[in-house]
Amino acid sequence: MPTVSSDLLDGVRAAGPLQLGIAPFGLVAGVAAVEQGLSVAHALGFSSIVFAGASQLAMIELLGADAPLAIVVGTAVVINLRTMMYSASIAPYFRDLTARSKALASYLLTDQAYAVSIARYGRDGGTDRFAYYVGAGASLWLVWQVTTVAGALLGSGLPPEWGFDFAAPLVFLALLVPTLKDRASGASCLVGGLVATVVVVAGVPFHLDIIVAAVVGVLAGLAVDSLGGDA
Amino acid sequence: MPTGYDSATVWLVIALAGVLTFAIRGSFIYLFGRIDDVPPAVESALEYVPAAVFAALVFPALLAPSGDLAVSVGNDKLVAGALAALAAWYTERVLATILVGMGALWVLRFVV
Repeated sequence: MPTVSSDLLDGVRAAGPLQLGIAPFGLVAGVAAVEQGLSVAHALGFSSIVFAGASQLAMIELLGADAPLAIVVGTAVVINLRTMMYSASIAPYFRDLTARSKALASYLLTDQAYAVSIARYGRDGGTDRFAYYVGAGASLWLVWQVTTVAGALLGSGLPPEWGFDFAAPLVFLALLVPTLKDRASGASCLVGGLVATVVVVAGVPFHLDIIVAAVVGVLAGLAVDSLGGDA
Repeated sequence: MPTGYDSATVWLVIALAGVLTFAIRGSFIYLFGRIDDVPPAVESALEYVPAAVFAALVFPALLAPSGDLAVSVGNDKLVAGALAALAAWYTERVLATILVGMGALWVLRFVV
């Protein structure tokens, strides 16, 4: 018979291998914050209040470039839109939770917590779903906080010629590759990436590259999908 | 390049982004029961957000690292990024991708 604590620990365990990806990502987010002139407290603020790696990194870079604040926040929203998809997909499993538990579940909804939990829910109907989810989500949260602070404390001591700023696009690359599942997502990638590059190279003001690229890239994916691109 | 914004402004950005991120994550978890199905048009559009957004974060950093188009083998970030892409493809691991990409960049900068 499943108990709350055993399902919670199962969640912690299931998230374990993903921590290997979270830890370097967190270090990069911490280093980036300090490199762009933010404080250790800001880095921890981003990690604990926003708690969304890719958008944190993008916001930090935009702040460093003195982009307009609406673009900084708007870009974060666009990057985090994908979690709306996770919210829709996992919502049926959380329908009977209290409002407070739903708030915790929403706060902890990351790519990794979603992936680990949805896989388990599909396999095993007897799991205490919320406990399992909190085990995975909270342990990911903890590693994220610790590694961003560690990165921020380390950050200002790194020699610039080592190019640690390059770690940020590498993290995004590691997130990009698994999203390329079919022809339509490939089109979104190619079009989104090239549009962003054109916007940057053309010197379009206000750092609109990610917002414009997301819109055009999603339209490209939808177009290829509706043309009947196989698989 | 250090930001020109002061500390209070950065905190404002953190607070705003935090609230909006929470709202996005909570959207359907809270709505479920009121609407049982995600509108199909929304669902299929959201499906392509990750590829478009992550590509928008990667391509300019590799193809135009200093703001000008630099598609040549002399662009060390493009070469290192291509190798890291192969690592990402075969391992699907963040750590391996970072190690290969940074390692390649250092070899190109300090050894070659």
